[in-house]
Amino acid sequence: MAQVQGVALNDNQDPDTRRLVITRDGLAVLLNALRRHGYRLIGPRLGDGAIQFTDIDGVDDLPQGWTAVQEAGHYRLQRRADAALFGYAVGPHSLKRYLHPPRLRLWRMHRDAMQGCSSDSGADPGGDPGGDAETSDRDPQTTAPAGPFAFVGVRPCELRALAIQDRVLLGGQQIDPHYQARRAGCFIVAVACGSPGGTCFCQSMQAGPGLRDGFDLGLTELDTDPTDPPQGQRLLLAIGSARGRALLTEIPHRPATAAEIAQGERVVARAADAMGRHLDGDGLRERLLAVLEHPYWDQVGARCLGCTNCTLVCPTCFCTSVEDHTDLTGQYAERTRRWDSCFTGDFSYIHGGSVRQHRAARYRQWLLHKLATWHDQFGSPGCVGCGRCITWCPVGIDLSAEAAALAAAAASQPGLPTAPPADPSPAPTSAPQPAAMPARRHE
Amino acid sequence: MQPRFLTVQQRVAETADVVTLTLDNAPPGQAPPGFRPGQFNMLYCFGIGEIPVSISSDATCPERLDHTIRAVGTVSRALTRLEPGDRVGVRGPFGNHWPLAAAVDLDVLVMASGIGLVPLRPVLYHLLHERADYGRVALLYGARTPANLLFQPEIEQWRRTPGLDLRVTMSRAGPEWPGDVGYVTAQLPKIRCDPAATLAMVCGPEPMIRSSAVALEALGIGAERIFVSLERNMKCALGLCGRCQLGPLFICRDGPVFSWRQVQHLLPVREL
Repeated sequence: MAQVQGVALNDNQDPDTRRLVITRDGLAVLLNALRRHGYRLIGPRLGDGAIQFTDIDGVDDLPQGWTAVQEAGHYRLQRRADAALFGYAVGPHSLKRYLHPPRLRLWRMHRDAMQGCSSDSGADPGGDPGGDAETSDRDPQTTAPAGPFAFVGVRPCELRALAIQDRVLLGGQQIDPHYQARRAGCFIVAVACGSPGGTCFCQSMQAGPGLRDGFDLGLTELDTDPTDPPQGQRLLLAIGSARGRALLTEIPHRPATAAEIAQGERVVARAADAMGRHLDGDGLRERLLAVLEHPYWDQVGARCLGCTNCTLVCPTCFCTSVEDHTDLTGQYAERTRRWDSCFTGDFSYIHGGSVRQHRAARYRQWLLHKLATWHDQFGSPGCVGCGRCITWCPVGIDLSAEAAALAAAAASQPGLPTAPPADPSPAPTSAPQPAAMPARRHE
Repeated sequence: MQPRFLTVQQRVAETADVVTLTLDNAPPGQAPPGFRPGQFNMLYCFGIGEIPVSISSDATCPERLDHTIRAVGTVSRALTRLEPGDRVGVRGPFGNHWPLAAAVDLDVLVMASGIGLVPLRPVLYHLLHERADYGRVALLYGARTPANLLFQPEIEQWRRTPGLDLRVTMSRAGPEWPGDVGYVTAQLPKIRCDPAATLAMVCGPEPMIRSSAVALEALGIGAERIFVSLERNMKCALGLCGRCQLGPLFICRDGPVFSWRQVQHLLPVREL
C-alpha cells in the first residue's frame, strides 16, 4: 500500500497540504525553537553501541552518517556512505520509555496517614486523594524532569504504537493518569522511513514507511547528492497540526519543487520495497486462536530464554507490576510501578504457582496477545511491525516467522474453525468461539 | 489510585489458615460505599503489598465489609494476622457481579468448593433476603476436610433454613464426619431443579469449576446460564496492568464473573 507523507492531518481543521523544504540548518533552528519553547528534546543519538532514543541538545547530536544493520538477534552500527541525518531504522527504545516510564513512584505515605484519615478520604498525608500531588513526576532512574516532550525523529511505526498506547491507556473506562499527564502536550517531529532495517515489516502492518498522521511536523529526508555540500541535507516537510504550523513561522523554509516532492515519494517507495520482513495479517487472529495447543508452541518455547527483551523493547507492551515497600524506618511506605513482562513466572503467579509454568505458554500469551486477542480488546493488532522484538531477541526468535509457521499449522488442520470477528466494544461478548483442538485438562 | 484506610472491627478465625476480617466501612455522616455480590476489593497492608480479595458480607449492610482471606502468601499472611483496631488499605469495589437479576424466577444452584464459597456468601444472603423472587435454591458446598469448613455457625443456620437445600460434602473425612464424602459434583443428582429454568453460580479451584460446569451442562443447564468466578494475578484491578488476562478477557474488568459460554473454550486450554 503506497503512502504519501503527511496527507491526512492531525488536529487540524484546515488541512495544510503544502510541501515545504528545510535544510539541516533549518532543522537546527527547529530543534532550538522547541527547546526555547520549553520542550524537553528527545531524539536519536549514538550511545552504548546503538542508536538510542534519549535526550538531545540539538541537531549535532543526531547520528548523522550512521546506520544500524539489524537482523534476528543482531544489531551493529555502521557508517553510511552519505551524511544522512535519519538513515537508520528504530533502535531499542521507543516512546513508551518516556510516556509509560519503566519505573514510576505512584505514591508515598507516612504510617500516621493510615490512622488519621476517614474511611472515604485519601490516605495521602499532604496531597490530594487522587494521588497526583504525591506522584513522582521524575523518573527515579534518570531523575530528569518529565515533559512536555518534543520527540524528534519519530518513525511511522512509532506513531502507530503511540496511537495504540493511547487506546490502551486512555481509551477505556479507566485511564492511566500518569500516561495522560506525560502524553498531553507532546510535540512530535516525525520522519518517514527511508532505510528500513532487516527486521522491519511496518509495510505489512500498514503502519509505514510513509507518514500519514499523528505528528505535528513530518519530515522526509531527501537523498543527498555526492556533489552536494557537506551540510546540504534537504528535508521535505509536511505540516500535521496547527501547532506545527505555528512553529514553522520561526523556521527558515521554502516551498518544495515538484522534483523534490517526487524524490520524497521515491524515498518512501524504495523503503517499502526494502522491508526485511513480512507478516501476512490476513485471518491471522482466527488462525492463531485455532492452534492454541499446537506442539509448535513447545518448539518456540524450547528456544525462548524467557529473558523479557521482546516485551521491554516492544513499543506497545504495557504490562506493569507494582512494588510496595517501606523505608528503613518503617514509617514511610511507597508504591512503585514498573514494567513487567508476561515472560516471567511472577507475572501469572497465584497461590499454588504460576498459571503459565512453561516458556511455551508465556510465548503463546505474548504472541497471541499481540496478534490475536489485542483485536478483541482494542480493535487492532498490538504489533506495528517495528521489528524490535526480532532484533533484540538474544536467540533470534522471529515473530514474523513464528506467526507464519503457526498460521501454516492452522491452515493444515482439517476443518479450520473460524473465530467470530473481533468486537472490542463489549468485552464479555467478544469471546471467540471454541477452537477445534482437542481440549486437554489439568486433572 | 491510593487506598482508603478502614479499621478492622472484628477478626474471626474460620479455620487454621482462613480469617474473616470485618472492616468498618461507615464514614462519619455519609452513606457507606456499596458493593454488589461477587465484587472484590484490593486490600493493602502497610508497606507489604496489595491483593484482590472477594467481599464476603451482606450487600444490604455495606457499613460492615467482610473479607475472608486464606493465608497463602506474604500479603494474605499479613492480612490474616491483623487484629481489631488495625487499619487496612482498601481500593474498590472492582469487577462485575453475580447475575442475581437474571436469576429471578429461576431455580438457583450455588456450587462452591473451598475458599470459593467466599464470593458466593453475599449471593446466599441476597437469595435468602429475597427468597420469594426465586424458585428452588440449593447450595452445594464442598470442603477438603471438616476442619476446612468455612462459616460454620452460618452453615448450621442455613441447614435449618427452610427453602434452602444445603448439601455439604467433604473430599476427605474420617468417621467424625456424618455427612457425604466426595466431590461437590457428586451431589448434583440429588438436587431437584428444572434444568431448563435453572441458573447456576460456581466458584472454587479451576478444576472444580470446569468439572462442575461440565456436569451442569450434562444436566441440561445451558452454558449461558452457568456462571463462574475466576481468579488471576492482578495489580491494578483497573484493566491497565495487563496481568489478569485470560485470552481476550481482563478478569478484573470483564469479570471476575463470566458465563460458562464466555470461557468454556478458554479454561480448558492448559496454561492459557
